[in-house]
Amino acid sequence: MIREPNALDVLYLIAAARWTLALTALAFVGGGLSGLLVMLMRVVPARPINWLAIGWIQAIQGTPLLAQLFVFFFGFAIFGYRVSPWVAAGAAFSLYASAFLAEIWRGCVEAVPRTQWEASAALGLGFGQQLRYVIVPQAFRIAIPPTVGFLVQLVKNTSLASVIGFVELTREGQITTGATFRPFTVYGIVAILYFCICFPLSQLSRRLERKLNVAH
Amino acid sequence: MIYQFNFRDVFAQFDTLVDGALLTLLLSVVTMAIGLVIGIAGALARSWGVHPLRLLTAAYVEAIRNTPLLIQLFIVFFGLPSAGLRLDAGTAAVVALSVNLGAYAIEIIRAGIQAIHKSQVEAGLALGLSRLQVFRYVVLFPALKVIYPALASQFILLMLATSIVSQISATELFHMASILQSRTFRDFEVYIVTAGMYLAMALTFRLIFALIHRAVFRR
Repeated sequence: MIREPNALDVLYLIAAARWTLALTALAFVGGGLSGLLVMLMRVVPARPINWLAIGWIQAIQGTPLLAQLFVFFFGFAIFGYRVSPWVAAGAAFSLYASAFLAEIWRGCVEAVPRTQWEASAALGLGFGQQLRYVIVPQAFRIAIPPTVGFLVQLVKNTSLASVIGFVELTREGQITTGATFRPFTVYGIVAILYFCICFPLSQLSRRLERKLNVAH
Repeated sequence: MIYQFNFRDVFAQFDTLVDGALLTLLLSVVTMAIGLVIGIAGALARSWGVHPLRLLTAAYVEAIRNTPLLIQLFIVFFGLPSAGLRLDAGTAAVVALSVNLGAYAIEIIRAGIQAIHKSQVEAGLALGLSRLQVFRYVVLFPALKVIYPALASQFILLMLATSIVSQISATELFHMASILQSRTFRDFEVYIVTAGMYLAMALTFRLIFALIHRAVFRR
């Protein structure tokens, strides 16, 4: 039965937005940890390991997220696991984020002047110590604005999880549209909700960039 | 039980995927062209336009950049008919993708224009160039040179994002993949092959963009 969209629908949409946020958080934590690993593999002075990391980054950045989601969703099934959309989406988004975060953070590590590496090497620090005491503390400041910027991408991209049946904001929008047959209104509200999440993050990223650039 | 990979069924109907890939390429190239035009016009309006026009452009850029492409696509394809504008899947895809890419292109090109020092423009005007000539030779060309890498990677991201229009049944590569999946029931194989095709297209685009860069900006 078709009915008019009402205030309760809007509430349901807002409630669904928390699953968008939860999936983003899951992907950011999972992607952050694995991205750190990929970034280290990318900068460590050992060629074969560098190539491995480059191959990974190219493969993820050169294929659509939608394809990655499907490969994961069906890939688990091959090994005999029937996984929930949470596991499939969480894993796929984490690995997606790992490649992008690794590349962003590598740029930040390389933005630290070469002389800092040389000076710390001259002081007798090993590779791990150089990273820990000299490079990472400086790269961290540079890394904050683009990382927040990527977070916006991540929030938006979680909308694709709706395709494998993960009920978040977009999927809830589809369900509500099915019941009310008012796509313009419903998707308009969905878009506004995404905007309310993403716009403050975008502004924060921009402000941090300006602030940290001045300090440079 | 050990899973037996079976790529034979997929490659037996490989031409289905090739058809899809051709449409993906067409969709990408058309969108890139429109997006570039929107980007240049918008960056011009955003940097040098009258005040209301600047605000309007800024609002457009922020609205698009802070909402998912999938929702933009749904609004164009499912939402606009209620406003009396009914588009077929292919047209809706081009409209949504172009509007999306245009916003990113404006922001990228604007950054390039801001990197051109004001004194350059003044010098150009002092040399007797018209405003249009100044924009073309002093601002736009050097600006595009600066932001070319960013624009190129945005274009490649767009090519990958065309997979999303499969959700409104535009018959590009990803949609063809799902048709092939329902015919063969070889889910994993179909999507691995499809991912490989996207990777090949992304690397090809990167190569082409590098060649264009060398041909146009080597000076």
